[in-house]
Amino acid sequence: MTQQDAHTPRMGFFTDTSVCIGCKACEVACKEWNAVPTKGMDLLGTSYDNTGGLGADTWRHVAFVEQPVPVPDAAGSAQGADGMRWLMASDVCKHCTHAACLDVCPTGALFRTEYGTVVVQEDVCNGCGYCVPACPYGVIERRESDGRAFKCTLCYDRLGEGLEPACAKACPTDSIQFGELDELRERADLRLANLLDAGESDARLYGRDPDDGVGGDGAFFLLLDEPEVYGLPPDPVVTTRDLPSMWKHAGVAALTVAAGVAASFLGRRS
Amino acid sequence: MSKRGERAMVPDAEFRSYYGRPILKEPAWKTPDVPAYLFLGGLAGASASSAALADVTGRPALRRIGRLVAAGAASASVGALVHDLGVPTRFLNMLRVVKPTSPLSVGSWVLAPFSGLTAGVAAAELTGRLPRLARLAGLAAGALGPVMCTYTSVLLADTATPAWHEAYRELPFLFAGGALTSGAGATLLAAPVDQCAPARRMGWVGTGLELAASAVMERSHGITSEPYRTGRVGRLLRVGQGLTVAGGVLSALGRRRRWVSAVAGAAYLAGGACMRFGVFDAGRVSARDPKYVVVPQRERLNGSR
Repeated sequence: MTQQDAHTPRMGFFTDTSVCIGCKACEVACKEWNAVPTKGMDLLGTSYDNTGGLGADTWRHVAFVEQPVPVPDAAGSAQGADGMRWLMASDVCKHCTHAACLDVCPTGALFRTEYGTVVVQEDVCNGCGYCVPACPYGVIERRESDGRAFKCTLCYDRLGEGLEPACAKACPTDSIQFGELDELRERADLRLANLLDAGESDARLYGRDPDDGVGGDGAFFLLLDEPEVYGLPPDPVVTTRDLPSMWKHAGVAALTVAAGVAASFLGRRS
Repeated sequence: MSKRGERAMVPDAEFRSYYGRPILKEPAWKTPDVPAYLFLGGLAGASASSAALADVTGRPALRRIGRLVAAGAASASVGALVHDLGVPTRFLNMLRVVKPTSPLSVGSWVLAPFSGLTAGVAAAELTGRLPRLARLAGLAAGALGPVMCTYTSVLLADTATPAWHEAYRELPFLFAGGALTSGAGATLLAAPVDQCAPARRMGWVGTGLELAASAVMERSHGITSEPYRTGRVGRLLRVGQGLTVAGGVLSALGRRRRWVSAVAGAAYLAGGACMRFGVFDAGRVSARDPKYVVVPQRERLNGSR
């Protein structure tokens, strides 16, 4: 599905949530660089998260999860008083290998760039909204004030100038790493091995596997708990995987209609 | 987890989520635009096919009704589609590429010639001009008709919306049945009873298809079938099925009485509309609650281990 120019490797993000400090610099840098409008002041009552999730006006979103955990006592056993741990994670468009938004777009406004990323051409989008329910991650959204669909472009304009995306540039802990996808995957494997060695047994990579339901993500993550805890689907599948079967069923149903109408007209006249 | 005192059909599923927030985006499509577009497309498709067969078998009254309804419903469905766009003036961008992976692209390329043909045929029917060309165009529209009836089911199924995607095998037959009953309904409403025999049969075929498809759809997908059975959507779909069955029964009773036949037609049309609105809203319900994403995907992951 992705035809890569031999000279342009596929670029992406590796977001290592284990070093995210929840500063939201990525959210701010993204808004500033891409001139993404504000949704207005909104207090959600969900920890430090007041944006809630990705959408037309939020292309980076930092999740805050407060989890009760046992605190190890001096002897190192886990019977101590109840403690709390923070999970923080900066979410972004996954730039899927098999991107449903791109598949279902009827105008060709969504396209795959030379970097293997998925971008909306705003001068072509007619706001049909089909990409919105097609995305298995709930990323892309129609901006009601504008009518068109918007999402992360992986800073397509910056990439052309040899710059890294604004969020990665602003991230103070390198939780967001930008680079060639192959290299990021190697780096992520190493980091995961280190964390598992250190006893972080729930650490896992999300979207790294090229054989998953979306053919692997161009933007993948290291998580410290199950994906749904961060608001991510545990096993997303590109809807168009079943499209040939859908057309077949619709074809048989259409023939059934034709046969039904024909049979109705063949019978007695009154 | 239990909501508003509704009777639980299955025990509430245990699942983890991020503050219970939705994972998926609800479809951006508006009500009534898109459910109306689904309903009108089916009505237009079945009417065009029925008009073509009425023409070939020498039933001028049914031909006339079929042609006029097809043209009216097709142009109204184009109107609903354009009205739903975020940027309606860019409607023609739908026709700048042909994309088999996009059911909306395929649909646009079916809807555009179909609405043009049906409009031309209706104009010929009203003016009585160019009858041979009208017959040819009517046959072409009649051939596209069944596609009009079912492609909209792929439009819904080809999304990550759980209730729509999981039902991709049944939705085409449900919409096919709904199109047949709607087409029959329009004829029963408008035609003299002594000419309604084909419409009555069409309605019965459609009723059978619709009931069979919904019975399978509402039971075979575990938790993902739940939005079709419960809450407001479940009630709407029940009412729709009741109206459709009433249409079938009344059409049989109304063989000699015009008004009974007309009530049957109205019941069919109302039933078809309820079904489309219900299916549309079931999708929205399933996108809104993360349980319909997390629970089936977790089951899949655990099953493959």
